Amino acid sequence: MTNALEITNLCKSYKGFHLQNVSFNLPTGYIMGLIGPNGAGKTTIIKTILNLVMKQEGSIKVFGLDHQKEEVAIKKRIGFVFDTPAFYPHLNLKQLKNVVAPFYEQWDNTVFDDLLDRFTLPLNKPLKQFSRGMNMKASIAIALSHHADFIIMDEPTSGLDPVVRREMLDVLRGIMQDENKSILFSSHVTSDIEQAADFITYVNQGQVVFSKTKDDVNESFAIVKGGNDLLNASSAKSFVAVREGEFGFEGLSADVHASKKIFGEQAVYEKASLEDIMFYHNLKFKSTN
Amino acid sequence: MKIIISNASPEPIYQQICSQIKTQIISSELEEGAPLPSIRKLAQELHISVITTKRAYEELEKEGFIDTVVGKGTFVAIQNMELLREKKMKSIEDQMTKLVQEAQRMGIELAELQEILTILYTEND
Repeated sequence: MTNALEITNLCKSYKGFHLQNVSFNLPTGYIMGLIGPNGAGKTTIIKTILNLVMKQEGSIKVFGLDHQKEEVAIKKRIGFVFDTPAFYPHLNLKQLKNVVAPFYEQWDNTVFDDLLDRFTLPLNKPLKQFSRGMNMKASIAIALSHHADFIIMDEPTSGLDPVVRREMLDVLRGIMQDENKSILFSSHVTSDIEQAADFITYVNQGQVVFSKTKDDVNESFAIVKGGNDLLNASSAKSFVAVREGEFGFEGLSADVHASKKIFGEQAVYEKASLEDIMFYHNLKFKSTN
Repeated sequence: MKIIISNASPEPIYQQICSQIKTQIISSELEEGAPLPSIRKLAQELHISVITTKRAYEELEKEGFIDTVVGKGTFVAIQNMELLREKKMKSIEDQMTKLVQEAQRMGIELAELQEILTILYTEND
């Protein structure tokens, strides 16, 4: 299995923020969702991949090529979307297309027109009259119109209504019918990631907490609930974090089988959503810092 | 082929796929050699991860229900004898269940039913 993206021990420091030894791989042919709270480092990671932010240490390989030495070759095959699209506001989509298209050898007008149609975007209206959602859709249409092998998106679904979000996820799934394509997207709309991603990488405070398949995440994490009498120093350790209430506790277990051995039938086990997983990891981060 | 995935079910999604495809193979709704959708197509249709559909197919292949031919796709396997027998037994059981229900509705006792069965069975010898 080849990797579309390989990040090894990536470090980058700003005043008051550090990416620390970030490592994860995205195999070719899959979608990876990058999740984490605001300020976790998602955008910094994406910008270092695109070499818009200079890394300080570590290595990044895209299609197996060094992201700095082979930058041009790589970027021809990448489509990217940023959370705030930066296009000339006085241009309309037709003019914008004429600006962007010549950069890509593989630009395909049929794909572009088809996407505009799906997203119901007007060709002749200047972008400054677009709503935030329309701007985002335009940005996505541009990113997807040159048969990119690797699509990188930073918060592509923010500002989109639920109907368009689904439409976009459908477009992504359509792209994934080709097993040579890969997608990396960050989002804090966890339902998008739950619906679309094959792999989930969770970052918090500049560190990768985990990077695994969605099935692994679904099968290992669980919310455990029970009476406070079940909690003691050793059983509390089995949780990522736990909240004690007046009538019982609720905790996130990273290994549901281990928890079942400890608490048996006395506790209740529920599927943990990505939101639960993020929430409890955040609790843990807060308590350790 | 019909597959309905429940996200609320505690059963993992790959197992839901496995058991539904198995049921359809055993009931001959999916016939021997029938083509199955590719893992990517199935993932797209069901709105689930490619990894999940891949795992379901791997499981079915391990149990001998389906075969993957590189470059051609995935097909319902030519059934082995044991599997075929199991399939036939299932079909007989289903028919007998209907028979028993019918008999119960008419108030026929078990002994009487067994007697009829014995007569019918030995008659053909």
